[in-house]
Amino acid sequence: MPEFVRIRAPMDEAAVLSLRAGQKVLISGVLYSGRDATHKRMIELIQKGEPLPFDLKGQIIYYLGPTPARPGQVIGSAGPTTSSRMDPYMLPLYEKGLKGTIGKGNRSQEVIDLIKKYKAVHFSNIGGAAALIAKSIKKCDMIAFKDLGTEAIYRLEVEDFYCIVAYDSEGNDLYKEAMARYGR
Amino acid sequence: MRQIEAKTITECVERLCIEANYNLNEDLIEALEGAQRKEESPVGIEILTQLIENARIGRKGTYPVCQDTGFAVIFVKIGQGLEIMGGDLYEAITRGVAQGYKKGYLRASIVRDPLARVNTGDNTPPVIHTEVVPGDNLQLTVMAKGGGCENMSRATMLIPAKGKQGVIDFVVDTARRGAISACPPIILGVGIGGTLEMSTLLAKKALLRPVGRSHQDSTTNELERELLEKVNDLGIGPQGWGGRTTALAVHVEKYPCHIASLPVAVNVECHSHRVKTIVL
Repeated sequence: MPEFVRIRAPMDEAAVLSLRAGQKVLISGVLYSGRDATHKRMIELIQKGEPLPFDLKGQIIYYLGPTPARPGQVIGSAGPTTSSRMDPYMLPLYEKGLKGTIGKGNRSQEVIDLIKKYKAVHFSNIGGAAALIAKSIKKCDMIAFKDLGTEAIYRLEVEDFYCIVAYDSEGNDLYKEAMARYGR
Repeated sequence: MRQIEAKTITECVERLCIEANYNLNEDLIEALEGAQRKEESPVGIEILTQLIENARIGRKGTYPVCQDTGFAVIFVKIGQGLEIMGGDLYEAITRGVAQGYKKGYLRASIVRDPLARVNTGDNTPPVIHTEVVPGDNLQLTVMAKGGGCENMSRATMLIPAKGKQGVIDFVVDTARRGAISACPPIILGVGIGGTLEMSTLLAKKALLRPVGRSHQDSTTNELERELLEKVNDLGIGPQGWGGRTTALAVHVEKYPCHIASLPVAVNVECHSHRVKTIVL
């Protein structure tokens, strides 16, 4: 098995279904940033029946609030924030076709079940490696919610963006397997 | 009486905020390198290697080591023989934080009202803890405290009958529940005793000790080693992807407490442990 699986974002269903918890992946393509306040606002739009700033079908949301870019930088430091804080917002997003999420840490059983039900995937990347991660982001444009500052939605073009599959579409769980293997 | 200008305090806080976020301390780097040598999990070693590389990039001064550049928590030790001229101490510190976060291209992560949640835009206000001490020096410590790991912190009021085992169970359970989301390898600050708020402050102050430096009291040091071993036996590992390094260190501080109480607080800190101190 190759050390890395290369995938394109947005993802097609075949790609999502082929991924397994514990696999290392390199993502190239487009990601959208979003964290707490971003999610709250997106859910409010869905509840009001208004359109979202981007079509969620097949997309990956990266749980990110970057530091301000210096002149000449594409983006500032850009590591992941805690995934579980977005757990309460997930159902309407999967209903709208969201296929992937990237963040640090584990998720609730409810979300693991939703990932399985909606044939989605959750990736984890290295929390706190934010300076290093910034180098795989090649383009960054703010597309919505400018007033939220770091919590605005940024459209990110990434190349060989390093992640691991944390939860796959069959309900496998990287974290549980890891603890069972190394715990004493 | 020795005098110090408020303006000097502002300049120092500004500089410490920037340095903390770009230049991780050597004790932390050594702890990461030590963990890298001992880690059994291949992916764990890979993560630790990337974190050391990330710290190296940070030192170049253009990318902060983490995008969460923290809540600015300022510990002030002010000598009672010192007079501050030309301004208010807390205003001087707050201005230093605002300037440091702006000039250092650091993230504004503070909302004015915890329920209305509108960003203040300059990462103020800071949290300031002040101690009055003998002498005429001013010691300023800036801790840039990440929100993700702070969220995994807990406090409890045990009954005295729970004793040492109760403390161990609470600390290990805190790590079991929270370490995965707190950017492991973590550092745990544990405060035992005092009152509710005293235990939490002790836990945070425990994090100020250089990473992994033993407590001078041998009983406390023994407890720290026992806690570290038990936390690492959870197998959570770097980033929760599995391994033997869940925590780099556990630091314990104690204080006398009421005959009815056994307060315990655990302050969870990520591997991106950012602390800078200056003595004026």
